[in-house]
Amino acid sequence: MPLHTFQLQINGDTRTLSNLDPRVSLLDAIRDHCGLTGAKKGCNQGACGACTVLVDGERINSCLTLALQYEGRDIRTIEGLAEADGSLHPLQKAFVEHDGFQCGFCTPGQICSAVGMLAEYKAGAPSAVTDGEVGELAGAELQERMSGNLCRCGAYVGIREAILEAAAQ
Amino acid sequence: MSILNKVIRSVVQVMPDQAPDELIASNRYLGRSINRLNGPDKVTGKATFTADYPVANLAHAALAYSTIAKGRITSIDTKAAEALPGVILVLTHENAPEMKVPKEFGDGSSNDAGTTQAKILNTDHVSWNGQPIALVVAETPEQAEAAAARIHATYEKEDCVTSFEAAIGDAKQPKAIMGEDPEVTRGDVEQALSQSAARIDLTFTTPPHNHNAIEPHACIAQWDGKDDLTLYDTSQFTAGVATTIAQVFGLKADHVRVVAPYVGGGFGGKGGAWPYIQLCALAARETGRPVRLAMTREGVFRIVGGRTPSQQRVAISADDAGKFLGFVHEGVTAQSTHNHFPEQFSFPPRHLYSMEAYRIGQKVTDLSRVANTFMRAPGESIGTFAVESGIDALAYELKMCPVALRMRNEPDADPVSGSPFSSRHMRKAYEMGVERFGWKSRPAEPRSQRDGDWWIGQGVATGTYPVYRMVTAARVRISADGTAVAQTSCQEMGMGTETVQTQHLAERLGLPMSKVRFEYGDSTLPYAGVAGGSSQTVSVALAVQEAGAKVLKELLALAQKDERSPLREANFEDVVAKDEGIFWRVSGGGESYAAILSRAGKDFVEADHKTGAPMELLKYSMHSYAAQFCEVRVHALSGEVRVQRWVGSFDTGRILNPKMAVSQFRGGIIMGIGMALTEETMFDDRTGRIMNPSLAEYHVPVQADIPDIEVVYTNEPDPHTPLGAHGIGEIGITGVAAAVANAVYHATGKRVTSLPITLDKLM
Ligand code: FES
Ligand code: FES
Repeated sequence: MPLHTFQLQINGDTRTLSNLDPRVSLLDAIRDHCGLTGAKKGCNQGACGACTVLVDGERINSCLTLALQYEGRDIRTIEGLAEADGSLHPLQKAFVEHDGFQCGFCTPGQICSAVGMLAEYKAGAPSAVTDGEVGELAGAELQERMSGNLCRCGAYVGIREAILEAAAQ
Repeated sequence: MSILNKVIRSVVQVMPDQAPDELIASNRYLGRSINRLNGPDKVTGKATFTADYPVANLAHAALAYSTIAKGRITSIDTKAAEALPGVILVLTHENAPEMKVPKEFGDGSSNDAGTTQAKILNTDHVSWNGQPIALVVAETPEQAEAAAARIHATYEKEDCVTSFEAAIGDAKQPKAIMGEDPEVTRGDVEQALSQSAARIDLTFTTPPHNHNAIEPHACIAQWDGKDDLTLYDTSQFTAGVATTIAQVFGLKADHVRVVAPYVGGGFGGKGGAWPYIQLCALAARETGRPVRLAMTREGVFRIVGGRTPSQQRVAISADDAGKFLGFVHEGVTAQSTHNHFPEQFSFPPRHLYSMEAYRIGQKVTDLSRVANTFMRAPGESIGTFAVESGIDALAYELKMCPVALRMRNEPDADPVSGSPFSSRHMRKAYEMGVERFGWKSRPAEPRSQRDGDWWIGQGVATGTYPVYRMVTAARVRISADGTAVAQTSCQEMGMGTETVQTQHLAERLGLPMSKVRFEYGDSTLPYAGVAGGSSQTVSVALAVQEAGAKVLKELLALAQKDERSPLREANFEDVVAKDEGIFWRVSGGGESYAAILSRAGKDFVEADHKTGAPMELLKYSMHSYAAQFCEVRVHALSGEVRVQRWVGSFDTGRILNPKMAVSQFRGGIIMGIGMALTEETMFDDRTGRIMNPSLAEYHVPVQADIPDIEVVYTNEPDPHTPLGAHGIGEIGITGVAAAVANAVYHATGKRVTSLPITLDKLM
């Protein structure tokens, strides 16, 4: 299998990946080859959302896609959400405050997903429960839009309280 | 129960009680909603889970699994796999070095954590569909997975039983269930059933479940020479894994170190030393490299067992005032041909209700399937589904409110053992729940509320879970800089262990939280048992309390020897730990730890302590309780069930951190909603193969499935437990499936007796 050398832009840094097997997923490239282990592998098949990262501001399941496809794109992971001085992103703060996790394994994916989701919502993108105009976020809209991120610890109530608080800011 | 146990129990009955914990009402940190200490690490991606450890020169392993349930491997072709680039080693039964079969996980009182008596890789015999048959090590995970997919085996099948239904007839009564009698009886139950005002007799079934923690099992193994092994493992029992892997490789237990600071959920699925751990260690030893074996989601389903299926009969009769006359709860669970775990579903009614006559017991049958294991509230989760559905059905027969029927049968002492309850506030829990839910405005008639295409119903059920305490060791050290640390090998899978034990240590020693640290998740620390049975909080708390007391005594001894100390004349009974030091209880004079240590010229004082056996459990009937209330809507045309409201009311001793406790309760309720409506591990009865080994096909609840969940609690401290607390990890799931089923009945008039309550059962 021919190996590939290319660059990824992650959290504003340029990372060179040398002689990479083309089968390496974006998730594994980020975790194993760039040492950013915040994004998690919960299923490796698009079913849990633990691997969610942002690409050009949109949320994707990084386990479902190959690293090679993302040369030149703006990739943001959980490690890139806080300010340079270390102060937490409003969603990160709200997750801590509302206990939006227990084990914390799904959390990087939940938070990245919430960042992407809020951008979609603000842009007026409809969801599966949207009936006509996009309705208020609290309730069905938020729950539908966050249902791609499983939390087996069952922190769903805290997660949505956190997202609503951060969205209101 | 063994004769010896019975003798001990009768001796303990007359022994005096320990005085209640001094901190039972202390509330500087305890009882407060302190944010999880590891929260900032978890929201920034800094929390290091097993598969995240950066290890130099790491090789990667993958497994191939059998595709038959029982038989012999007649050939195994590894050539294609070995020929792939990057492949370092392929091990099968033909070339794998011998490993010993470790001792099985017992009742939680030993360090043994073996999960199967089947040999792994050291035999051509297959014991379950999904058993590992080959181990591949390669330079990269992609290479290892690709090679594992190219292993090809042929088999000679043997006859075996893989269907639970087919095996029920062969069920046998085990000698004991978790040390308790497999069956308890009193009076003539058949007679009591036949002569009564009302009676129900229903048979319930529950399917197998899988834990499905979002973190799949993973291990990194690193050898230092031939005799020292370090394992990073997704473990909820570091000491047990160390002991078990030492048994497998013939090492001394203290030469295996297991490290697990962050575990991505366990729910019982990470309590045993499942075979991937020894295979990872073997791969590392044979290649001379550190190796990571990160299980695939499918792989977890294949080799890590879950909850047993069950069939349960509940027959109850009552007089016209609702008093229970005859009570039968009996049935069958499954274990495998290669493990022993008869899940204790018949425990709940032994402690919940007054009954004139009863027969409560269970049998177990052996299947050629992956070994079953404990999963959140083993026994009580499925047992309460049957019992609490049965009681609901009886309430309709009697035309009585289901809450009133339960209160009518509330016992004064344990209905089976006769022991006094250590702390039971069931009535208060019900009163709080009834109030919060607005239960009184619920119409009594089923199928009487409709909203458009939806039928609406409200249901209630009791939950219960025992109090356990395990023998646990801890070390406490107080240093001259005024800081303290407590250490034990226990684990944090998201329950809040680190935070609550830090609150405890600070409160216990009178130090600010910022000056104390709790260290855990490493088998080389003083021994703690499995994080299971909702026992860890109190087990660790007692060990820390007693080790802390030793340290305080030593500090006081230093002060007593010192002319200049205001504590020179003080006895231990005269003093308390507060304000960062030791002070006279009455007059208030005293001095700081730092002052005592620096004058004595010591850097620190430390002490280890191992707690005694939980004798209080023999004297008292010790349990937690829940009243679960829910409202569902059921689509009149499709049969779809949606849970739209929940109130959980809990009686679980003192609550140590309300914010985290509410999360735990909700987490349990949510897993219970999954159990009620969607979760089922589907076995192909012909082949014993799991047909839905993925999160796409095994449906755990998602954000959209979960309504607001209100939690209230009695907060009544138990005078017989450390801190007055009970463990709360499991009580949340108990009673949930019954509350949902009862609400579905109330909505539709249909009694669903088999989980999950899928649409087809309501058409
Ligand atoms: S790991 Fe990507 S969706 Fe589960
Ligand atoms: S916090 Fe454990 S899976 Fe979400």
